[in-house]
Amino acid sequence: MLTTEIFDLLKAKFPRIAKEEGTSAVIIPKELLLEFGRFIKDAPLIFDDLHCVTAIDKKEKIDLVYIFYSNPLQHSLTLKIYLGPEDPKVESLAAIWKSANWLERETYDLFGVTFLNHPDPRRILNPYDWKGYPLRKNYSAPNFIAKPKL
Amino acid sequence: MAMMERIPAAGLIQKFPGGKFFLASSEAVLKWGKASSLWPMTFGLACCAIEMIATGASRFDIDRFGAGVFRASPRQCDVLIVAGTICVKMSDCVRRLYAQMPEPKYVMAMGNCAISGGIFYHDTYSVVKGTEALGIPVDVYIPGCPPRPENLLLGLMKLQEKILNEENANNRNI
Ligand code: SF4
Repeated sequence: MLTTEIFDLLKAKFPRIAKEEGTSAVIIPKELLLEFGRFIKDAPLIFDDLHCVTAIDKKEKIDLVYIFYSNPLQHSLTLKIYLGPEDPKVESLAAIWKSANWLERETYDLFGVTFLNHPDPRRILNPYDWKGYPLRKNYSAPNFIAKPKL
Repeated sequence: MAMMERIPAAGLIQKFPGGKFFLASSEAVLKWGKASSLWPMTFGLACCAIEMIATGASRFDIDRFGAGVFRASPRQCDVLIVAGTICVKMSDCVRRLYAQMPEPKYVMAMGNCAISGGIFYHDTYSVVKGTEALGIPVDVYIPGCPPRPENLLLGLMKLQEKILNEENANNRNI
């Protein structure tokens, strides 16, 4: 299915979604996430594969990014949720896609996005007692040595 | 016996003329034995490990120098080749492996990452800045990113030289 067809189908079901300017990503409000997830997992879209969860720190907001793929229909969808930079929270998708479990742990570990109702909300890449979220723009580590300006 | 010619301290070992025996101080023989049969650990951390694996395989063949028995347990090893980037999360594991090795034990820091953090020295939050930053004493540094197998072999020969010329070898930093 083409991206525009997918968007029209989604727009008919969820009038509050929008298209991001300059990309083909779909933006949804965060309250819609679980309902939206259950909808796209089933027919007619059958997005059975969630293969990327990540985030982008834009200082004034954090973009949470999900990329879905449909193996039977071979189309994909990029989903974005805009979150505030202070204490971002969103529902976990781990109950719908098993792959979300580790991907969400990674996003929590590096960006500090808290996933509510996650089955195992620990860090994954950094040591468990790590302080701070390394991929945030304002992060600084105690042993961090900045590159000298050339 | 070919080993004896290559090694400086082998002068301490003398053959009986025409006989099957040879005469030496026990320490020289011990050192010679230690240097000729180093057992490294099967342990790689990053890209440098690939080079270490190549050194162990048939083309470069580290076995020619008596160090080809890569063991899968630290309790059977003499040499820890720190081959690669030490991440903060992995650092505890490296320290524990070193602690588990029986004395006498030797450490080779292979590659810039194991020496000082290498290309990850600046602007990285997750990399330990060298093996010595973990409190593990290093015997031989092998610079390069990654060092070629020849460099690792040279490092090994340097380590053998060090072992053969070691004073007071029996109570080394235990
Ligand atoms: S020194 Fe270079 S090759 Fe070796 S682990 Fe570091 S980055 Fe990789």
